Amino acid sequence: MQINNFYNEILTEHNVRPEYKREMEDADLVLEGVNPSCGDDIWLKLKLDGDIIADGAFTGDGCAISQASADIMLGLIIGKKKDEALELGKKFLKMIQGTATEEEIDELEEAGALKDISHMPARVKCAVLGWRTLDEMFK
Amino acid sequence: MQDFRKDFPLLVKEPTAYLDNAATAQRPQCVIDAEMDFYINHNANPLRGFYPLSVEATEIYEAAREKVRKFLNADSEKEIIFTRNTSESLNLVAYSYGLANIKAGDEIVISITEHHSNMLPWRMVAEKVGAVVKYLDCEQDGSFTKEALDAAFSEKTRLVAMAQVSNVLGRVNPVEEVIKRAHAVGAVAVIDGAQSVPHMKVDVKSLDADFFAFSGHKLFGPMGIGVLYGKEEILNKMQPFLCGGEMIDSVHRDSVKYAELPHKFEAGTVNAAGAAGLAAAIDYVERIGYDVMAERELALTKRAMEGIKKIPHIHILGSENPEDHTGIITFTIDDVHPHDVSAVLEADKIDVRAGHHCAQPLLEHLGVRSSTRASLMFYNTEEEVDALIASLASVRRRLGYAD
Repeated sequence: MQINNFYNEILTEHNVRPEYKREMEDADLVLEGVNPSCGDDIWLKLKLDGDIIADGAFTGDGCAISQASADIMLGLIIGKKKDEALELGKKFLKMIQGTATEEEIDELEEAGALKDISHMPARVKCAVLGWRTLDEMFK
Repeated sequence: MQDFRKDFPLLVKEPTAYLDNAATAQRPQCVIDAEMDFYINHNANPLRGFYPLSVEATEIYEAAREKVRKFLNADSEKEIIFTRNTSESLNLVAYSYGLANIKAGDEIVISITEHHSNMLPWRMVAEKVGAVVKYLDCEQDGSFTKEALDAAFSEKTRLVAMAQVSNVLGRVNPVEEVIKRAHAVGAVAVIDGAQSVPHMKVDVKSLDADFFAFSGHKLFGPMGIGVLYGKEEILNKMQPFLCGGEMIDSVHRDSVKYAELPHKFEAGTVNAAGAAGLAAAIDYVERIGYDVMAERELALTKRAMEGIKKIPHIHILGSENPEDHTGIITFTIDDVHPHDVSAVLEADKIDVRAGHHCAQPLLEHLGVRSSTRASLMFYNTEEEVDALIASLASVRRRLGYAD
């Protein structure tokens, strides 16, 4: 794989101009996710309406992959039920491991832009940080 | 100009530009041959058997020690202890000297520029005995003011730890001054030579260091062989670090007599092949000459720094002067995480280091979260430096920034 193409437009756009990277004072759930080996650090914040993720935001510091992936994730899960969000997380993980079907990758919409991460073992942790934090949040 | 690259089999075939020399150097064929020669022609457990093969193995191992002694200009081969690496050398001093000689309320001075290897062992000692750690803070360019030195040292200072060259800034630290100040208050000085020995002649006697450590693998030698130099009178009074085979004179049910120096500190079967490789590495360095190496490294460093300075949004840590970098150029790029910098360089076939370089407190002190490091060796080329500059100039654009 040509890594030159790896930082594609979807990824750089979400990194440089993230939609959900902002403060959220009145979040219902707040959790920090860290990759100690590389220093990626995010604070994930969600507002819930019953079972539905009504709104979300994140703050943090880290590589483009970790930050863009968290931003893309929030775009996907806001408005969805908790279980649907966690199900998408499982599909995302499958995609990163290179075992997801075309259909599953389609369901991940923009997050599909990260599918080539499966060829970059050193960066997998960056890509899944947001999703891993989401999963821990609901445990 | 002589082509040194042909001496290094990996450099001949490797398609990437290897600019991570401060992490580990490449090995010339002569080092690989020396290590292999030990296993093919002389392999037996050194220092044990009386048969000729074991005697040969012992001779090779001890000849390597003598080579290191001369290389460092130590007085006696008793002062040269083989370890696995710099970290083990420093831990040996921390456990065997530090824990026994540093008491509650004593002070340990650690330069803030230190690699974790020359910081955590001393913090461990301080924590165990109740001593106080005092950091010797550097300026933004890596230099040390008289005020900082005055503030760090006191009558209570018992030990000072400093690298001769910082693995992040590449700057040569004022170790002579620090050693003098240590001795003036009755403290010992532990000098980490991991980054200096590959680039400059070290004379432990004129330095007057009490302990001096370096790794073979950064000096073109094998991995798994390192050196601790210690003054004989201090080493003699120290208890062994590890106990076991080959470090005793006699063992009875209720008593043990430890071996003489240096074997007292070399428990277990030693890395004789590694020592043979290290000896070959020293021969290699002396054949080329530090002056030739340093001249090439400075020329490459100048070229790299001049090129990088022209690129907007890149900031080199440490001194403005290439002569203060020992081939190490650590930098940050605005809004781009070092792992992304490294990924872009990787795509352009350039190997660099990204992260905190095992010197997190230094980066915090400088107000930097993490950084990217390119480290040059005499065998690097102008083409590699130019490729680095071109790749760095493209990083922000490739990450989606307009400039």
